[in-house]
Amino acid sequence: MASLRAEGFDGGLTLIGDEPFAPYQRPPLSKAYLSGAMERERLFLKAEAFYREPSCELLLGVTAVTVEREAKRVRLSDGRTLPYDKLLLATGSRVRRCTIPGCELPGIFYLRGIADVDAMRPHFISGARLAIVGAGYIGLEVAAVARKLGLEVTVFEALDRVMARAVSKPLSEFYERVHRDAGVRFLLNTPVEAFDGTGKLVAVRAGSQRYEADFALVGIGIVPNVELAQEAGLACNDGVLVDQQCGCTIDPVIFAAGDCTQHLSRDGKSVRLECVQNAIDQAKHAALAMVGKPAPYREVPWFWSDQYDLKLQIAGLGWPGDQLVLRGDPAARKFAVFHLRNGAVAAVEAVNAAPEYMIGRKLITEGIPVSPERLADTAIPMKNIV
Amino acid sequence: MPKIKYIEHSGKEHEVEVPLGWSVMEGAVKNLIPGIDADCGGACACATCHVYVEPGWQGKLPPKSDMEETMLDFAQELQPNSRLSCQIKVVPELDGLVVRTPKSQH
Ligand SMILES: Cc1cc2nc3c(=O)[nH]c(=O)nc-3n(C[C@H](O)[C@H](O)[C@H](O)COP(=O)(O)OP(=O)(O)OC[C@H]3O[C@@H](n4cnc5c(N)ncnc54)[C@H](O)[C@@H]3O)c2cc1C
Ligand code: FES
Repeated sequence: MASLRAEGFDGGLTLIGDEPFAPYQRPPLSKAYLSGAMERERLFLKAEAFYREPSCELLLGVTAVTVEREAKRVRLSDGRTLPYDKLLLATGSRVRRCTIPGCELPGIFYLRGIADVDAMRPHFISGARLAIVGAGYIGLEVAAVARKLGLEVTVFEALDRVMARAVSKPLSEFYERVHRDAGVRFLLNTPVEAFDGTGKLVAVRAGSQRYEADFALVGIGIVPNVELAQEAGLACNDGVLVDQQCGCTIDPVIFAAGDCTQHLSRDGKSVRLECVQNAIDQAKHAALAMVGKPAPYREVPWFWSDQYDLKLQIAGLGWPGDQLVLRGDPAARKFAVFHLRNGAVAAVEAVNAAPEYMIGRKLITEGIPVSPERLADTAIPMKNIV
Repeated sequence: MPKIKYIEHSGKEHEVEVPLGWSVMEGAVKNLIPGIDADCGGACACATCHVYVEPGWQGKLPPKSDMEETMLDFAQELQPNSRLSCQIKVVPELDGLVVRTPKSQH
């Protein structure tokens, strides 16, 4: 909405959201909002006044049920229908639910929205036993907050390393060690088999063992909300398919942006990204296209995660087969791993290492050839690497 | 509530009250003052909340963390009075603070 206004669009805008809240930031949910360091009011993206301008309408707690493309209108859960000239699908994603025995027991939580944190937070008391299912970045961020608050934390992970989907092996090894040092217990290669309890969760079963727990957080990934698009006959494949210029779907007046999309990345691979950068930048591009100024989407994706005193910053997308170059010493809690492909940096993962991250991002954008030896040599400042 | 004045690159001024404990970045974004992008929402991860602090105020601000210092290095048109506004927490002593936003955050 802000981008459309910035581009001079002065027609009517309606924002439909099924949550009872105005748009807010999700990253603090597993960080400062969960720990209590940030109040709810600070999560909201815009002041209320932003939505109060005359040609703007915010429909909260309302679901878009069907899109009727021929008639160019959306049917809403409150019975209304809303005509449109252009439509943006920014339906995001929802948590993947687990389906093992006992999964409906009270005491099992997921984390996607404000309501999830509010429901879970009363359980965050010192000494409580928390079972975390899934060692992705959500599970690990929650583990870090929980340890700081004095909880006993056990993390169950089906794969052989933490954050396997998001980071390279050296990073996984580093973060596993950091969490173990902070007192987190890990059970890798250990899928959870069942939740035990009558009326309330009391234990988690995994690897033929029983682990007592007062409550559990499940963080096993997300699924894109594509149903609305799919039922309207728009092409979807693990995300709503959008073109590379403008976030346009196969319908020229329907656009899509953010977590719910699948697009061809600048590396030539079709991807579905789950990060703030992609949500912001795709939305900006969709806005440009809507006002008739489409621009190719070639942004380098970036992402961050806060755990303990560590800031992880990632830019670009690593592929299997990339050459990995380590710069700095993980033991010093300040280092970076570069992914080299065809002689240039394709991705960088930096821990407490802003120069590596920022220059890495620039090297990725510009595709400048670099020497792995120079990258690994911390005696050469990042600024002078090429 | 402390009052903070934001001056856009064009010279347009906005004076607003910002709640204690918020960041100078939040004061701008929530009040729809243009010139600060804050893509990461204050995580010190994007360097798109760059501002210039009016002379006289620098000494009253909390010192920069290493992270802010290094992220700032990559902001456009860096000056000695450059700061990342998400890293400046609003305290009573900052009543009257004046910051200017740069031409662009990218
Ligand atoms: C706990 C947590 C921590 C995160 N941390 C980070 C981080 O550190 N860094 C980072 O880059 N990213 C992080 N992310 C990811 C980031 O928040 C998402 O990528 C981003 O929110 C995606 O924005 P979006 O607008 O595409 O979708 P969403 O934020 O999911 O918003 C979509 C909205 O549409 C609503 N909706 C869906 N269908 C309908 C319908 N039919 N009708 C009406 N409304 C509908 C949904 O309920 C939702 O409110 C985190 C996410 C979570 C959950
Ligand atoms: S808002 Fe991203 S660094 Fe300040």
